[in-house]
Amino acid sequence: MEYFIQQLINGISVGSIYALIALGYTMVYGIIKLINFAHGDVFMVGSFIGLFSAKYFASVGFPPVIVLILSLVISMTVSALLGITIERLAYKPLRRASRIAVLITAIGVSFLLEYTGVYLLGPQAKGFPEIINKHQFQLFGSSVQVDSNQMMTLGTTVVLMIILQYIVHRTKIGKAMRAVSFDMEAAQLMGINVDRTISATFAIGSALAAAAGVIFGMTYNAVDPMMGVLPGLKAFVAAVLGGIGSIPGALVGGLLLGTVETEISSLGYSSWRDGVAFAILILILIFKPSGLFGKNVREKV
Amino acid sequence: MKKLNKSFWIGIVFAMVLYGVIQILLTTGIFDDVMESTLILICINVMLAVSLNLINGITGQFSIGHAGFMSIGAYVSAILTLNFDVPFVLALVISGLVAALFGVLIGIPTLRLNGDYLAIATLGFGEIIRIVLLNTEYVGGASGLSGIPTQTTWTIMFLFTLVTVVVINNFINSSHGRACIAIRENEIAAEAMGINTTLYKIIAFALGALFAGIAGGLSAHKFYVINPGSFNFLKSFEILVMVVLGGLGSTSGAIVGAIVLTVLFTVLQEYPELRMIIYSAILILMMIFRPKGLLGSTGFSFKKFAKKEAKPSDSINS
Repeated sequence: MEYFIQQLINGISVGSIYALIALGYTMVYGIIKLINFAHGDVFMVGSFIGLFSAKYFASVGFPPVIVLILSLVISMTVSALLGITIERLAYKPLRRASRIAVLITAIGVSFLLEYTGVYLLGPQAKGFPEIINKHQFQLFGSSVQVDSNQMMTLGTTVVLMIILQYIVHRTKIGKAMRAVSFDMEAAQLMGINVDRTISATFAIGSALAAAAGVIFGMTYNAVDPMMGVLPGLKAFVAAVLGGIGSIPGALVGGLLLGTVETEISSLGYSSWRDGVAFAILILILIFKPSGLFGKNVREKV
Repeated sequence: MKKLNKSFWIGIVFAMVLYGVIQILLTTGIFDDVMESTLILICINVMLAVSLNLINGITGQFSIGHAGFMSIGAYVSAILTLNFDVPFVLALVISGLVAALFGVLIGIPTLRLNGDYLAIATLGFGEIIRIVLLNTEYVGGASGLSGIPTQTTWTIMFLFTLVTVVVINNFINSSHGRACIAIRENEIAAEAMGINTTLYKIIAFALGALFAGIAGGLSAHKFYVINPGSFNFLKSFEILVMVVLGGLGSTSGAIVGAIVLTVLFTVLQEYPELRMIIYSAILILMMIFRPKGLLGSTGFSFKKFAKKEAKPSDSINS
């Protein structure tokens, strides 16, 4: 039982990372109906920027907490700009093209980011500095352990999620986002600047992915240019699981997928872990394409 | 009908002449072994690109799991020749049929999905096939199979490529092919016109998988070793770039795309990262500036030689 709970805690920590990435997928899909394949690679870029800024600030001699916050902020800002750039250069010219054309472009952008990374940084993994020393905590006198990193992961995810909820439901740009995702043309007629809203969505999604990247680096201590592929795909699975287009769905889907994966690994089937994630994806797509929290949209002729 | 036959025979004669010329160049030693390998690689990629084009370009079902079918063909044929001493050509045919069976099995549930959901589901299936192979001891797990007899010769390769192109091209030009194009243009309208959309989608999937499987078998018997890693998402992506470069929906385009990219691949062999950067840049730029591909969807047709007007272009505008 204690072992199970231990794995549950590990799973939630992995799941938080998936959830943060899945949010970007779900928001972008909600607005322009595009599976942004490049999102996993924005996560990778965010992680690398976090790595470089953490190294720099640590060498300057800031205290660890400040280093963490500064690298998070810098990595999120740069990635947000990257997200806007990608959208402007690659997706905006295709606003009127078929969805398949945009999807192919997204795959192209994804590979472009990956291999530019390999070209510039080399294919081998780089060590991520330990910004904050890990502490182990015993829970309730049992053998269940939680380390400071896992607590920080969950903490950051919850804080970012609250900020996101606030932006989407309480601010003007959030209202614009919801309007555009509901009906782009009607929103335009109401005087909403659709292009700016889409850019804002990409910026927010990319910033969240970058935060996930920094957390990922701190958890696994290694980053490489291809690291975005699998977490990216799995975060997409999480987004579909929770119901694509739904923000709480992305959170629940991410946590659920992370937990399922860790439990499967702990049962000794770790080499099947990725297969299970994709099997979940296909089962969901076939039996309940709207996901756990999604709205069922009927196709009209 | 007669005109179609005429252009068909002109195509066959052209292919025979092409084969004859290359065969002479090979036997006289003007083309060396490296050149022969490149030619075989080109033919394998032509088979893959033409079969993917049937699924993606003609039927409009966006599949990005083509490497999965290829891996099934490669593994089945390799096991047949290694462990059961089945003759090479028979093994290839069986491997193609097994891949087609998988095409149907995967097709039936996933083809209810459309657009990007289908894409991600085929990607998922491709990855699942790879993970299953990775975890099956019988097929060597992560290290794969080696010592596969290298029986793929230029003649066999050319023959199979010719059969692929002829069969798929004739399928496209038949009433079945037009049904597939109708599905691509507007699925609901096609259904209203009495086309059994699910059936045709599955036929297209199975036919595409069949030739991808044979291509996989041929490549396994050319390169001596196979492992799950060589049939990952990257491979599917490569085939997709070939089809997109030539023009989605055009068989001749797929052939040209396969030739151009294979040559590029061989030239840039020493710079793998650069190659991928170029691939992805091609993909993005093509989609933005020339979404119909190098040749557009009409492409090159031997009908011109049979004194018939080229048919109006079937653009992809859905």
